[in-house]
Amino acid sequence: MSAATVRSTKLAINRLKEIKDLSAADVDAFLATHSVPIVEGTRCTFLYRGDADSVWLKHRVYGLPDEQRLRQVRGTDLWYVVIDLPEKSRMEYKLDVVHAGHGNFIDDPLNPLHSYNPIGSNSVCHAAGYESPEWAEPDVDSRPGVIETIVVPSRALKRDCLVNVYLPARFRRAASYPLLVVHDGTDYLNYASLGTVLDNLIHRSEMAEVVVAFLSPGDRLREYANSAAHGRFVTHELLPEMERTFPLVTQPAGRCLMGSSFGGVASLATAVRHPKIYGSLLLQSGSFAFTDIGMEHGGGPVFDPVVKFVNSFRDRPRKVADRVFMSCGIYEPLIYPNRSFVPLLQTTGMEVRYVESRDGHNWQSWRDRLREGLTWLFPGPHRMVYE
Amino acid sequence: MSTVILLGPQGPRPNLPQTLAALDIPGPIATVTAGWEERESEDAELDSDAGGATVNLELFRRWVEVLRHDPDYHDAVRRRDAVLQEIQEIYNLRLDHAMQAAYAVAGRGGHPQVHDVELTDSIEAVRTLDTRHFSVTRDVYDEFYERWPPHSRGVVAAHREEVAELIGRCGSLAIAGGHVGVLQACLHMFNVAADLGDRPVVAWSAGAMAISERIVLFHDRSPQGLRHAELFDAGIGLCRGVLPLPDASRRLLLKDRDRMSVLARRFAPLTCVTLDEGCRAVVDPTDGLTLAGALVIAADGRTTRDVAA
Repeated sequence: MSAATVRSTKLAINRLKEIKDLSAADVDAFLATHSVPIVEGTRCTFLYRGDADSVWLKHRVYGLPDEQRLRQVRGTDLWYVVIDLPEKSRMEYKLDVVHAGHGNFIDDPLNPLHSYNPIGSNSVCHAAGYESPEWAEPDVDSRPGVIETIVVPSRALKRDCLVNVYLPARFRRAASYPLLVVHDGTDYLNYASLGTVLDNLIHRSEMAEVVVAFLSPGDRLREYANSAAHGRFVTHELLPEMERTFPLVTQPAGRCLMGSSFGGVASLATAVRHPKIYGSLLLQSGSFAFTDIGMEHGGGPVFDPVVKFVNSFRDRPRKVADRVFMSCGIYEPLIYPNRSFVPLLQTTGMEVRYVESRDGHNWQSWRDRLREGLTWLFPGPHRMVYE
Repeated sequence: MSTVILLGPQGPRPNLPQTLAALDIPGPIATVTAGWEERESEDAELDSDAGGATVNLELFRRWVEVLRHDPDYHDAVRRRDAVLQEIQEIYNLRLDHAMQAAYAVAGRGGHPQVHDVELTDSIEAVRTLDTRHFSVTRDVYDEFYERWPPHSRGVVAAHREEVAELIGRCGSLAIAGGHVGVLQACLHMFNVAADLGDRPVVAWSAGAMAISERIVLFHDRSPQGLRHAELFDAGIGLCRGVLPLPDASRRLLLKDRDRMSVLARRFAPLTCVTLDEGCRAVVDPTDGLTLAGALVIAADGRTTRDVAA
């Protein structure tokens, strides 16, 4: 059904409200016949059923109010709010159910779709036209790669670093593989299905076979905020260890740094501190906050070193890799720094590919852009393969 | 000349068993699974589909063995392939501009007569580029074969002899899909075409491409978006007059008439034949091309069962 068609017909919630003397059975029947949220063209109806003093829709879609109050359908315990979500949007949200002045943040009990992240979960609304990528789902035909854990003792970070290493299914010692270093690697594996994505893209010949080092930070906000120690660890400790242990391409063209949010900063900062070492970068929703004057950036103290680094790079942009893939959600505040970063990087002579999605700052948004990024940076032989 | 039967991908409902059964050729079936590369030997399913009477020619294993045992030859192959890759990259760069122009003209309205002349001219420019690319690529091979004649390499000659002997014991040849570049290199290195006589050949997907006159790579639905069909190289030429397009429904925008028209006209006089799963096309030296499920892409971009379109 097109958005225009839906606009001309009544929303399901309005048809329900027209029923005289609405009963609990009517609400039961309504909920039994609709998936929640109800998506009708670009109109999405969020529902809650139960006793409450008030119910609020909470989300972080930049540009919309952070919270929107649900209205109670007269004579029932059903609450609703309708918002406009453009086609292909994906939105994570919670409900705040208030009783006696106390709010309770919960996932939407009527919605089976959830996303998970290191601090918990959210409910998910798929707007019209959004499709969860099938290439991120386990495929029985895809041969799974192997993940080995190695320990890299780090003098730079003053700790032993556990690194999960992905070896493609058909790994051979006689071959040479590019290396992808992933910041927040454990989260990418757990919340962005990166292991499954690698298995599928490699199996389908869309992506070249790669060896992947999944890093796990210690003090993340310090290590990933342009830390010299982190850059030394990746370049002078991890890289040599990986090249000693695995058959890797030992040219910059075969090395890529990847990360999201602060991990994007860590990737870029490491490449800036160690130019001509890395051939490509994959930066998702990089926290590239900056100021044009002063240091009032609004991000709090953890952003101070980031802003300092980004300001310095913006003052003196330089080529630190050959190719950069960037992605960002247009519903996150970082969209503006990311958009403005693209022409800046291009001025340095780096080849930049940038994509946006109607999504926020979250792991599934980053998952959804992995295919575009990985197949561009590591093109597979799919144009040669006809099974 | 052999009768050649081209098939689409052998997915969950393979039509290879029926095809081989209908051929009813006595003797074992020689198979080539080199396109599967290091999985070459995992051919139990194929063997079962073929009634348990296959002889795998193991061309990939032989190819690897040649390169391992003849390091000088291996180095020369590597150097040649690096040159070929660069040529292909530059060709793609130029092709992009030429194709953009052809599509722009194809999608433009206006006076029909003017439009036809300009479109023909735009496609001719692409054809000229293809022809030149083919010729440059062939020059590189010719120079290579002059300096490094494969038959003069002991290890190649020994394998060729073995392959010829194996084919001699078989009644037909079946060539599976996979990596079309590897497949073509293996078929060529071990001179398979020369040993076939009039044995019928069944080939699917990349196998069908590798035995045709021209290998054209195509993928309109690649992860990075539309790609232009690109001329890769010559096939071993067992199948004449046809440009096989395996898995076409999935890989090509068949409903885009302008795009398909450019494809068909660009590679004429070869006939563009779609080979989806379950489809068959037979190229007989006497009867020519007949289709069973396979379709021809006509000059106007339509897909049709009419081989004369």
